[in-house]
Amino acid sequence: MRRGNIFKLVALVLLVAAVVALSIKPLVDSVKGIPLGLDLRGGVHLVLQAEPNKNGTPITNDDMDKAKAIISKRVNDLGVSEPIVQTDYAKKRMVIDLAGVTDPDKAVDILKTTAKLTFRDPQGNVVLQGDDLKDAKGGQGQDGGYVVNLTFSSEGTTKFADLTTKLIGQRLGVFLDDKLLTNPTVNVPILNGQAEITGYATLDEAANHAVLMRSGSLPVSMSIAEKRQVGASLGVDSLNKSIKAGLYGLIFIFLFMLVFYRLPGVVADFSLIVYALIVLWIFWMFRVVLTLPGIAGFILSIGMAVDFNIIIYERVKEEIRAGKSLRAGVESGFSRAFVTVIDAHVTTFIAAMTLYTFGTGSIKGFAMTLGIGIIASLFTAITFTRLVLRLTVGISPKMNTTWFGVRRDV
Amino acid sequence: MQTGHPATYDEVKKIHPLYFNVVKKRYWWFAISLVILIPGIISLFVQGLNLGIDFKGGTMIDITFNKVVTQTAITDTMKSVGLEGPVQLSNGDTTALIRTSALEEDKRNELLTALQTKVGEYDKKLLQEGKVGPAMGQELTRNALWALFIAMGLMIGYITIRFQFVYAISGIIALFHDVILVVGIFSLFQWEIDSSFVAAVLTVFGYSINDTVIIFDRIRENEAKMKRGEAYEDMVDKSIWQTMRRSINTVVTVLIALLSIFVLGGESTKMFSLAMLIGVFSGAYSSIFIASQILVEIKARMKKKPRKGGKSVRA
Repeated sequence: MRRGNIFKLVALVLLVAAVVALSIKPLVDSVKGIPLGLDLRGGVHLVLQAEPNKNGTPITNDDMDKAKAIISKRVNDLGVSEPIVQTDYAKKRMVIDLAGVTDPDKAVDILKTTAKLTFRDPQGNVVLQGDDLKDAKGGQGQDGGYVVNLTFSSEGTTKFADLTTKLIGQRLGVFLDDKLLTNPTVNVPILNGQAEITGYATLDEAANHAVLMRSGSLPVSMSIAEKRQVGASLGVDSLNKSIKAGLYGLIFIFLFMLVFYRLPGVVADFSLIVYALIVLWIFWMFRVVLTLPGIAGFILSIGMAVDFNIIIYERVKEEIRAGKSLRAGVESGFSRAFVTVIDAHVTTFIAAMTLYTFGTGSIKGFAMTLGIGIIASLFTAITFTRLVLRLTVGISPKMNTTWFGVRRDV
Repeated sequence: MQTGHPATYDEVKKIHPLYFNVVKKRYWWFAISLVILIPGIISLFVQGLNLGIDFKGGTMIDITFNKVVTQTAITDTMKSVGLEGPVQLSNGDTTALIRTSALEEDKRNELLTALQTKVGEYDKKLLQEGKVGPAMGQELTRNALWALFIAMGLMIGYITIRFQFVYAISGIIALFHDVILVVGIFSLFQWEIDSSFVAAVLTVFGYSINDTVIIFDRIRENEAKMKRGEAYEDMVDKSIWQTMRRSINTVVTVLIALLSIFVLGGESTKMFSLAMLIGVFSGAYSSIFIASQILVEIKARMKKKPRKGGKSVRA
């Protein structure tokens, strides 16, 4: 008997129990907890009305489509996950639902800005148009301040090189229609088409300016017809029922593992708790907005984590049946199972990464939670599951293999 | 103490009380799958999918009641006139934002009357309605499909590097099998599809490939240890049975969790969990009965003169 191992195991159990107890409140907190999406909690519901053109030309469906594309892009650039953007062609309106927006007024301002981007010299002459700008990104400059990085098209690069050479030491105005957005001083001629506007106080401010600069201008001007807070789109009662059902499902998985795998089943259940904690805290840390698709990704990764445990214990059984001792069986079983699982996990992770990179909206949400789940599953298995298994089989060399569900007589 | 050795084919057969030769019956499995897949595919071409408002757009009604209302009361009323769709409450639960399929004048009036009698009086001056376009636009769906194809390409690359090209092809065929099966069944029964269906299909996509690779790993391991004169069919059959307990246990745990959400869960997640139930079952089935069998089939045909059964060792 190794009393040390028993002591360590008891300490681990207590530690995990304490972490679980301390985690519940911050994770489900309605303000600071894991943010929930439109379907689960609701958000801001906006209706933007397209204003009739001043010159009297009618607003076409094509204009509405263009406006929708630009607004969708702006919404995505704002970092709002899985927004809903719908057009009402008959009434020339745009319906926008946003989840987890901290400052709805600011979001609205950015969404409905229709203005055209121009660069002007101090005399007010337009020297460069928004079309010449290829990209604008908010970020951090070399001195640590917040900046907007501009990238010009090849044509824009030549024009920008010319004008920065001419305007050195003077101010270059960046205008949205006739509104001055910012007017940085030209310090050096910029010949490579990569410029940096410095002097932003926060990253948010820089990022918001970048959104406005890069997303192009709306073909029609928009006004807010409506703005209000709305509840979850999935029925709240029905959702609560589903959450309860999901918990029953999890309890069943726990019982199944206990009955089928006995001692390792305990280890598996314990590992799954640790795994879920890791995943949920990562969601919390990265402010992953949970929606139904996100939960689907999480469910799949739970399935994969359970599978990982099953693969380990089945392999351990095989190793013991092949004549290895319990300890050797656990060691080789674990490493062989790991080889098996790594290929499956990597393949699925590749799929998740691809969906995250190329997908939009709900597809991104799904890929994100799946990706996090896969990494967490591997991490938990290598660190926690293996440690606990080793400690457990290390308790006594004479441990009965039936505790591992192995019948020696086979 | 007995000296150990890795299990032989005969030992593997003996461990499982329900052992039968999976590989020999492979044409049966192909047939069973085709029987389910073909009606689904035909249905997809003939009647397509029953797309919900997330894909087609519909009517949006903004209605303010004279009292506090519940989401359930409204969805139940909608159901009583044969309508579905998300309902969002605001203004202290007095205003409801209802999205449902595009309504004709008659249907609209029927709904409003039903709401008035069953839920409560509403303010006619504040009633607003409009037709809205799809939330899941075509570009999003197209985007998703592209992302899936790129993902498949990359997965083929990875599996080819870690296994062999034939494994990759077999795995991808099984993947198509599972996705088409789910989509086909939804088309066949004309179950309404909303945006959560896309998530369910993605889950099936992930489960299917994960499950297949696990079994392929065992086949790869045993293939490397194959002795001269051993039949590929037997080696695959042995691999399948060595991993059978894991295959069953894993799929049972996942299916029961999903079944619990399907049976006990709320109305709004029913179709979502149903799609996953079908897909996960198919994913587990196809790893054993499709992916591995296609692998055997391709390997058998790659041999110059396949002699069927001639070489196999009798049990």
